[in-house]
Amino acid sequence: MLKVKNLNVYYGNIHAIKDVSIEVNEGEIVSLIGANGAGKTTTLQTISGLLKARSGEIEFLGHDLIKTEPHKILQLGVAQVPEGRRVFAELSVKENLQLGAYTIKDTAENIKEDRKMVYKRFPRLQERKKQLAGTLSGGEQQMLAMGRALMSRPKILLLDEPSMGLSPLLVKEIFEIIKEVNKSGVTVLLVEQNAKMALSISDRAYVLETGKIAMEGNAKELMQDEAIKKAYLGA
Amino acid sequence: MFNNILEQLINGLRTGSIYALIALGYTMVYGIAKMINFAHGDIIMVGAYALYVAIVLLHLPVIPAIIFTCVVCSVLGILIERIAYKPLRNAPRLAVLITAIGVSYFLQSASLLIFKATPIPFQSIINIQSINIGGVTISGITIVTLVVTTISMIALTLFINKTKAGSAMRAVSEDMGAAQLVGINVNRTITLTFAIGSFLAAVAGILYICQYQSLKPTMGALPGIKAFVAAVLGGIGSIPGAMLGGIILGIIESLSKAFISTELSDAIVFSVLVIVLLVKPSGFLGKKKNEKV
Ligand SMILES: Nc1ncnc2c1ncn2[C@@H]1O[C@H](COP(=O)(O)OP(=O)(O)O)[C@@H](O)[C@H]1O
Ligand SMILES: [Mg+2]
Repeated sequence: MLKVKNLNVYYGNIHAIKDVSIEVNEGEIVSLIGANGAGKTTTLQTISGLLKARSGEIEFLGHDLIKTEPHKILQLGVAQVPEGRRVFAELSVKENLQLGAYTIKDTAENIKEDRKMVYKRFPRLQERKKQLAGTLSGGEQQMLAMGRALMSRPKILLLDEPSMGLSPLLVKEIFEIIKEVNKSGVTVLLVEQNAKMALSISDRAYVLETGKIAMEGNAKELMQDEAIKKAYLGA
Repeated sequence: MFNNILEQLINGLRTGSIYALIALGYTMVYGIAKMINFAHGDIIMVGAYALYVAIVLLHLPVIPAIIFTCVVCSVLGILIERIAYKPLRNAPRLAVLITAIGVSYFLQSASLLIFKATPIPFQSIINIQSINIGGVTISGITIVTLVVTTISMIALTLFINKTKAGSAMRAVSEDMGAAQLVGINVNRTITLTFAIGSFLAAVAGILYICQYQSLKPTMGALPGIKAFVAAVLGGIGSIPGAMLGGIILGIIESLSKAFISTELSDAIVFSVLVIVLLVKPSGFLGKKKNEKV
């Protein structure tokens, strides 16, 4: 479904992503794990078109994303929940969700139905729908960012560190929702520093180390790998 | 004395509401594109000449002439953004600033070439009787100015807060990257912002020229810089701030002209700016994070 091939991304002279190749198949949860600064965010930002690659290919359902503008990439069905949530703090919860449906060409009625679905998944958002997004707690903002991305009816959801700064209980809740979203037919590419949680819900995984793919494979097998255990699972 | 103060307040409200319309252009462009469009004041000048061309040279009736003026300014605003600013989207701020000043000089020189330096007299298109309320006289132009600016500001506020394009503008202004991630076409939003800002400048230009009744190529500079001060005073990036800043500035100017000194009024206006910024660096309604001018 999503194929990244020999991707190279630079920040000026800094070579942040080195020949990275990643593949995500329809229906999967694939995670991309790695330490802080490994290049996970850079990879997702490049897929979404916010950063330009120096070389390499990104293909999504037969479309070349390399030269595609960010808003068109979203329209193809690639939605991202960015690192740090980045909800629109000065807009209400409802307005944030409504903006998530910005590119949807459908009746207001159907978009309202989508919003109801999001509220069903995240009941706390419904209680706070008139509140400004900036007044929400971290966990609620994460839910809003996910809801906002879901409003675009994505085929694949790119999640950048959804567990960041959340209590273990909330992390569990968020990961349950990721599984549910995946079951409802949305493919997931999950970026995490919390490797244990990420691997536990993933089909496959890639390990990114200083801009390079160091390892890849079946998530269950990676969890048993001694090197992974040592470096990422705190065992 | 009391009536005199009241009359000066109304005068201040009139000038201030024109400043507010212009200030909205500065503040919206700053909010969305994070730049100061120093050519914005010159759009007023272009609007005034466009009105002159439409009325005096083309003999158009008033309403078509007004529409012509607004279209000319909006298109000009869009062209300026496309040609001068868009290629500099990722350039250093200083480069953008210098370019904006360059665009301002370009517009002034172009109108100097076309219309020459000699001021052209222009008869106001607003012919409404003044009214007298309890001994206070309010001129026709004042009434029209207050009505038009009030309608413009209400319409803009509704547009920003109630429409899809308006919430896209608010989203881009807050976080451009996140706005792109929800599928907002940032270039189109910036174009729209310049078009609206220039449209408001055209309206301001029409009201301004009906008040001062004389055209010259540098006529946009003074209202332009005052409106910029108003935008900063109100908190650059804030739409209600620009409205408030403009009106406060107009009133201060009018009162100091009437009761202190005409010569000192500009100095007083700028002193107020300095004092406000010392006490509240982000302006009346500005946010902390907007300080990075
Ligand atoms: N805007 C930037 N300018 C320069 N270097 C950057 C920028 N953003 C990230 N980097 C560098 O690129 C590398 C990868 O960063 P990032 O993709 O954010 O990593 P991760 O998301 O895995 O923590 C890091 O070394 C980081 O310092
Ligand atoms: Mg990151």
